[in-house]
Amino acid sequence: MAKTDFNLVIKPRRGWQPLDVRELWSFRGLLGFLVWRDIKLRYKQTALGAVWAILQPLIGMLVFGVLLARVARFGSGGPNYSLFVLAGLIPWTFFANAVSMAGNSLIGSEQMIRKIYFPRLFVPLAAILALGLDAVVSLVLLGVLMAAMKVAVSPCIVLLPLFLLATVLAAAGIGFFLAALNVKYRDIKYVVPFFTQVAMFVTPVLYPLNSMSAKMRAVLSLNPMAGVVEGFRFAVLGNPASLHVLWVSSGVSLALLVLGVFFFKRMELTFADVI
Amino acid sequence: MYGSIREAMENVFRAPLRMLPRTRRGGRPRIGREFWALKDINFDVTTGETVAILGANGAGKSTLLKILSRITDPTEGSIRVQGRLASLLEVGTGFHPELTGRENIFLNGAILGMQKAEIEQRFDEIVAFAGVSRFLETPVKRYSSGMYVRLAFSIAAHLDPEILIVDEVLAVGDTAFQKKCLGKMADACSQARTVLFVSHNLAAVESLCRRAVVLSEGRLCFDGPTKEAIQFYLNNVASDGEQTTSHVIDLRTARGRSSRYAPQLTRLELFDGDHNPVAGQIHAGAALKAIITFDLETPCTSFDASIAFDTPGGQRICTAHSAYEPDRVHDERSGTQSFTCEITDLPLVPGEYKIGVGLDIGGSEADWVDDAARLTVLKADYYGTGIVPTRGVFLLQNRWQLNHYVAQATA
Repeated sequence: MAKTDFNLVIKPRRGWQPLDVRELWSFRGLLGFLVWRDIKLRYKQTALGAVWAILQPLIGMLVFGVLLARVARFGSGGPNYSLFVLAGLIPWTFFANAVSMAGNSLIGSEQMIRKIYFPRLFVPLAAILALGLDAVVSLVLLGVLMAAMKVAVSPCIVLLPLFLLATVLAAAGIGFFLAALNVKYRDIKYVVPFFTQVAMFVTPVLYPLNSMSAKMRAVLSLNPMAGVVEGFRFAVLGNPASLHVLWVSSGVSLALLVLGVFFFKRMELTFADVI
Repeated sequence: MYGSIREAMENVFRAPLRMLPRTRRGGRPRIGREFWALKDINFDVTTGETVAILGANGAGKSTLLKILSRITDPTEGSIRVQGRLASLLEVGTGFHPELTGRENIFLNGAILGMQKAEIEQRFDEIVAFAGVSRFLETPVKRYSSGMYVRLAFSIAAHLDPEILIVDEVLAVGDTAFQKKCLGKMADACSQARTVLFVSHNLAAVESLCRRAVVLSEGRLCFDGPTKEAIQFYLNNVASDGEQTTSHVIDLRTARGRSSRYAPQLTRLELFDGDHNPVAGQIHAGAALKAIITFDLETPCTSFDASIAFDTPGGQRICTAHSAYEPDRVHDERSGTQSFTCEITDLPLVPGEYKIGVGLDIGGSEADWVDDAARLTVLKADYYGTGIVPTRGVFLLQNRWQLNHYVAQATA
């Protein structure tokens, strides 16, 4: 047979798989459509539509900010505890929801995975990115509240997109891992909400990190979201944040991302058979 | 199959030394007994070929397509592909019931591999083919099942790949739509596109594909021209192949009779032009004589018999009917009667055919036996030149003449 140039060779794959960036790039249009689809679906046939994006952090802020501040005297360093809490809750809600949605995303797309070839990584990624819209909406809410309370916006707000990106990376690492695991072991989805609840208390959402002892601070900074939350508050409110914490958290975040992607790619081989 | 961590942990605690193998999908433990869905499949497909993949359920056809579509990995072996490959394993994959028709066209198109610009370009064609232009803005959960399927197929039909893999998706929709789909597939086949086609619709396979492979229990049993492949498949794999070995066929106990008919046709006898018995084989172009015997329970004057020829795939080729006889005269008869049908020249292309026999009383069908007999038409020198066609069903009477030489006028 003449030696033709084969552009695709289908072979058995085993073990750890590399990430095919070129392939991801060629499918980039699909990622856009999946994000668009997830966003549309969330608000179809809802009465309040996008308002829900604001309600979750708002209610959280009301509960924690108002209730805890007044009732439990849970004050903190900073002018306004409610704003403090809200600024921390926005990235946290984004992260917690993203991890949860990403974890369940593959199972929700069972039909597609069994019948069509496309980079499976896009499914949890699209779920995470779709929630980004909610985060942006709630940031607008924060802006409105700050204006109403006559609190000045810190000039460091330009760093905000960086911290949003960091949230996405942190959620992606854990989300990919959970999504892949969930395909094989279906009870993961019951465990995730529990862990996110617990995790909220080991993340400095309700309290500033420097209210903790040095030893605790070192431990807590291993939490990828610790740096993000502190960074968010720094960008929006100007609260002081330790650079050291930011570096450690980012490092952990990136490591989790890499591990998550590799784990996903390896488990991907069996998705269509097991799902 | 998926499990839970609890089960996995239980297994470890229960038998940590035995290291129980995990059960596979289908519940069969892997200890020692492996199930090969496909084994030793080797074949090449060149550009522009349309190849059908035939096989009984469970033969491995869908697995082959899944491997080609990169949904499952092969355990051993490799496939080399040149060109853009798109596969249609199911219509409507990725459709979301809450999204409108328009939104689903974009979503489904993107999932199937089209870029946004491509979808926009073909949007109007897709809508026109599916016939859903009035319902573009309604969520597809409100579509009728026919509309849903038409839209889904329409999107897939407007993919523009170099290699197309299709799995039984044509078994959807009403007849009119199926014809449209076949037409679109035929377009794809004629545009020098490579097509791999899995279907149980043998008539479609016959008309679209030149070559077919037959899978049986994971192995490749046949690879060759479609007509022969279908014969092989029906005779060896689809287990209803009965060769006709006698020129007298008992119709009373024939299997091809619908249960709603009382057996009135009793016997079919086949002879050639010189009244020699024909036991299932005849030469192309020979004369065929059939004697159809039947019982009339009540006396009647208006009764007719017919004999019909079908391809093995079930497509009707031609019919001989006593009602077409211009000299037809019937007196009142009852009891055992018989017709003799003389076909002076049966111009069928060499191959296998099925014969059906029917009885009409008072103008309506009273009895019909499908696949009463099998007839193998053998190669014969029909045209006197030693060659006859191999494709198609009929041998045409045709004369050819090269015209007088006409010199080219220089302008």
